Amino acid sequence: MDITEIEQRIKKIVAEQLGVNESEVKNESSFVNDLGADSLDTVELVMALEEEFECEIPDEQAEKINTVQEAIDFVAANSTQ
Amino acid sequence: MILEHKIALVTGASRGIGKAIALELGKHGATVIGTATSESGVDYINQYLSEAHVSGMGLVMDVSNIEHISNGIETIQKSLGNVAILVNNAGITRDNLLARMKDDEWDSVLQTNLKSVFCLSRTVLRAMMKARSGRIINISSVVGTIGNPGQTNYAAAKAGMIGFSKSLAKEIGSRNITVNCVAPGFIDTDMTRSLSSDLQQSLIQHIPLGRLGRPEDVAAAVVFLASPAADYITGATLHVNGGMYME
Ligand SMILES: NC(=O)c1ccc[n+]([C@@H]2O[C@H](COP(=O)([O-])OP(=O)(O)OC[C@H]3O[C@@H](n4cnc5c(N)ncnc54)[C@H](OP(=O)(O)O)[C@@H]3O)[C@@H](O)[C@H]2O)c1
Repeated sequence: MDITEIEQRIKKIVAEQLGVNESEVKNESSFVNDLGADSLDTVELVMALEEEFECEIPDEQAEKINTVQEAIDFVAANSTQ
Repeated sequence: MILEHKIALVTGASRGIGKAIALELGKHGATVIGTATSESGVDYINQYLSEAHVSGMGLVMDVSNIEHISNGIETIQKSLGNVAILVNNAGITRDNLLARMKDDEWDSVLQTNLKSVFCLSRTVLRAMMKARSGRIINISSVVGTIGNPGQTNYAAAKAGMIGFSKSLAKEIGSRNITVNCVAPGFIDTDMTRSLSSDLQQSLIQHIPLGRLGRPEDVAAAVVFLASPAADYITGATLHVNGGMYME
């Protein structure tokens, strides 16, 4: 899976989960500060990423995923697909 | 029917209050999974569900065992779909005065009555959050509110359910999932039949409606909380006790 595919899939999930337009979802967007996520949204987002990429994201890692780019980096480094 | 196409999971449905809840939810159209700790309990659940023309099945699940819970939920998801209504009903008593209470009596009651609620709720939550709807109904007890000598373990677990329900209701209200408790008073089941008839008589004197409750009295409250009529009720405890305790 190449990085642009990961990026596209993540942006789609973020837009769906947070109920925002995909065009608003930039690599540097922070889920909480830019996209209006609350703590439960963030948990759901992590669960959705786990499902989409069939991986497990431990709490310590999840805490460090605050922006779209950080999610992309995590998946790129950890996805087995 | 108000609960048509809804999948309901009722723990401890082999007898007493759980059986009445399973049948009542089924009567209103839900597909019902009832749990018991033994194969014979499961056979019995299957039998009464089919006699009442309720779709669903019995399932072996020891709610004090985390693996049983996750395997059970997985089985349900694969064979029927996601649980929309969770009724945490399974419960035990191990009464003793605190001065003589063994660690094991404390631990088993907390594990079966309270930790199970945490584990089961957590397991079904993911799908409910995704669906943006769900109902969690916990069977507490009047004893959790007014206390009872010899039941410090049981009262702690039953009061714990109420605090748990209120907190979870606040956490997931935004996902249109409600979490409520039903707190029965003295209901005529195996659990209370073990009390001496003297004690039963003296208990009845404190019940304005002058009788023990029927399992069906509790089941009706559960169906209400599961139904669209209770859409706007969350974090509440509904007392079904013949007036023996009034808030
Ligand atoms: N009866 C009352 O007056 C009263 C009053 C207030 C609250 N309650 C509460 O209402 C609920 C039901 O009470 P009840 O009177 O119907 O009790 P019951 O007649 O003693 O039935 C208990 C049910 O719980 C199941 N169970 C017990 N331990 C379990 C475990 N480890 N894993 C899974 N299932 C387990 C039993 O399954 P098996 O058949 O397989 O053992 C049975 O189906 C309980 O939570 C109880 O605390 C009852």
